[in-house]
Amino acid sequence: MSLLEIKEATLKFGGVVAVNNLSLSVEEGEVYAIVGPNGAGKSTVFNLISRFYQPFSGSITFDGQNLLDRAPDQVADLGIARTFQNIELFDHATVLQNLLVGRHRHRKTSLVEELFFAPRVRREEIAHREVVEEVIDFLDLQPYRDKMIAGLPYGVRKVVELGRALATGPKLLLLDEPASGLSVEETQDMRWWIDDIRKQMGITVLMVEHDMGLVSSVSDRVLALADGAKLAEGTPAEVQADPAVIEAYLGVGAV
Amino acid sequence: MRVLFKTSYNDDIRLFPDRWTLAVYAALLALAVLLPVLLDEFYIGEVTNVLIWAIAGLGLMLLTGQTGQVSLGHAAFLAIGCYTNTILIEAGLPFIVAFPLAGVITGVVGAIIAIPALRLHGIYLAIATIALSILADDIIVLLDPWTGGVSGKFPAVITIFGLEIERWTMPVRFYYLVLVVTMICTLFYRNLLRAPLGRAFAAVRDSEISATAMGVHIARTKVKAFGLSCMITGWAGALMGYYAGAFNNETFSLVISITLLMMIVIGGLGSIHGAFFGAVVVAFLPQVLSIAKGAMIGGSVAIPGLETGVFGLILILFILFEPMGLYGRWLKIRTWFELFPFARKDMFRRQKSYLKTERLR
Repeated sequence: MSLLEIKEATLKFGGVVAVNNLSLSVEEGEVYAIVGPNGAGKSTVFNLISRFYQPFSGSITFDGQNLLDRAPDQVADLGIARTFQNIELFDHATVLQNLLVGRHRHRKTSLVEELFFAPRVRREEIAHREVVEEVIDFLDLQPYRDKMIAGLPYGVRKVVELGRALATGPKLLLLDEPASGLSVEETQDMRWWIDDIRKQMGITVLMVEHDMGLVSSVSDRVLALADGAKLAEGTPAEVQADPAVIEAYLGVGAV
Repeated sequence: MRVLFKTSYNDDIRLFPDRWTLAVYAALLALAVLLPVLLDEFYIGEVTNVLIWAIAGLGLMLLTGQTGQVSLGHAAFLAIGCYTNTILIEAGLPFIVAFPLAGVITGVVGAIIAIPALRLHGIYLAIATIALSILADDIIVLLDPWTGGVSGKFPAVITIFGLEIERWTMPVRFYYLVLVVTMICTLFYRNLLRAPLGRAFAAVRDSEISATAMGVHIARTKVKAFGLSCMITGWAGALMGYYAGAFNNETFSLVISITLLMMIVIGGLGSIHGAFFGAVVVAFLPQVLSIAKGAMIGGSVAIPGLETGVFGLILILFILFEPMGLYGRWLKIRTWFELFPFARKDMFRRQKSYLKTERLR
């Protein structure tokens, strides 16, 4: 059984069909990439999985459970973490605090315990911190641990957002354009991280990305979207060679 | 320049990061305890006033500075705290039970009121909460049998294990009571900041969409913020009632709400220090003004609206030149000394923030 399965999902905004009868399934342990021109509905698919949008029809199941039964804040509890295309960090908090928010779904303490900072709160804080420190080691974020997000360069923010998603301890990681706005070296780092996330941590990755170099080097399967519908699906090489994909990107008779 | 060398994760969780900070706050506490020896009773009363405003400021700071929800209705919660405390004591409860309970009841009421108000954001929330401030006046009049309506009430006498405390005849005892409450509220605030809930508050403030994606329940978190904020505000209200000596439907007016909000902006949003710095300004400004006025044009001339005008001017100047408030200014001065002579002018300049994902509201 697939880890994530979207069946015949459709979403309309007024007259615009953002996602049109789309089906896809992501297998456990793979890196699955969604490509497509701007406005193809890639981020909308993510927002469907995050439950920010409610599909008109169709079903989404994750790990055998119906995702459409869940509220947006319960999605993280199932083990789905995500990043955002335009970076949605908590700007007036430190890197460490941002990463610790990622541990939010694992907290067990009550309001009263936290008001009095009971010993259990301290124990849990230290346990969370240990997990977060592993993420910091993994992503080389040590120099920025106590820095405010508001003062960090774009590339670092991108990594912090990845770290925050990893800190939640997810089964499925949704990366919305992980390499957009990154330099060549930073993209290279991102590539290794995605590889390690899959191989070392065993986390399934679903990503939206424009950088075909990154897509073809890390992903097992690629889905090409255009106007909210599936254009082609297969290995990176297959999709890149697909005539329909070439047409959507370059137009007819361009070759 | 001090360099912190951390050897365990506990170092980041402790109340005081190092011994030096601990020493500074211990000295501050010692000063606060010894203050009645150093100052006469009039000034002790003034300091008590500062502390009460600081507690109220902490309450609003938790909501506005920490969770990003603006409230102009906190005078109503001051009133609820004040009346509840008095009514409970009159009903026969000892102060030591009635006072904490008054805060908790205010908190519960605040949390209930927050449920519908949560759907509103920013300026709309501010407008909705103004209604609360205005309604409080009428509700107090309507509940005449309990609240005494327009003629008002006198706060019930405080007796803690046989020890009587009265604001006018024993200002020093009252000062110590307020000091203890201030310390407890500050400790609560500090504890929240280092616990998951405090981080969830900041997450809701900075980005609701990604807070949701991290599993933070936005509505529940806001209700908690409202509840805790109102609890602290309720305690401040009860103490304000004692400080004023008598209160009626007009004591906790909209002006108090506005003053409270201006106070935390001037002090510095989002910091505990800000609440205290702001309280000093609010509590001492009228005194400083009347002294200045007396020196310049003679004390007998009344200038209507002088206080409000000067207060507004200070607020505008702060928003223009020091949006981080007095605490922000203090941080800059401290950094300058700590790094001397290496401090640079642009060290605190904020980087421009990047494009945000569209809000899902």
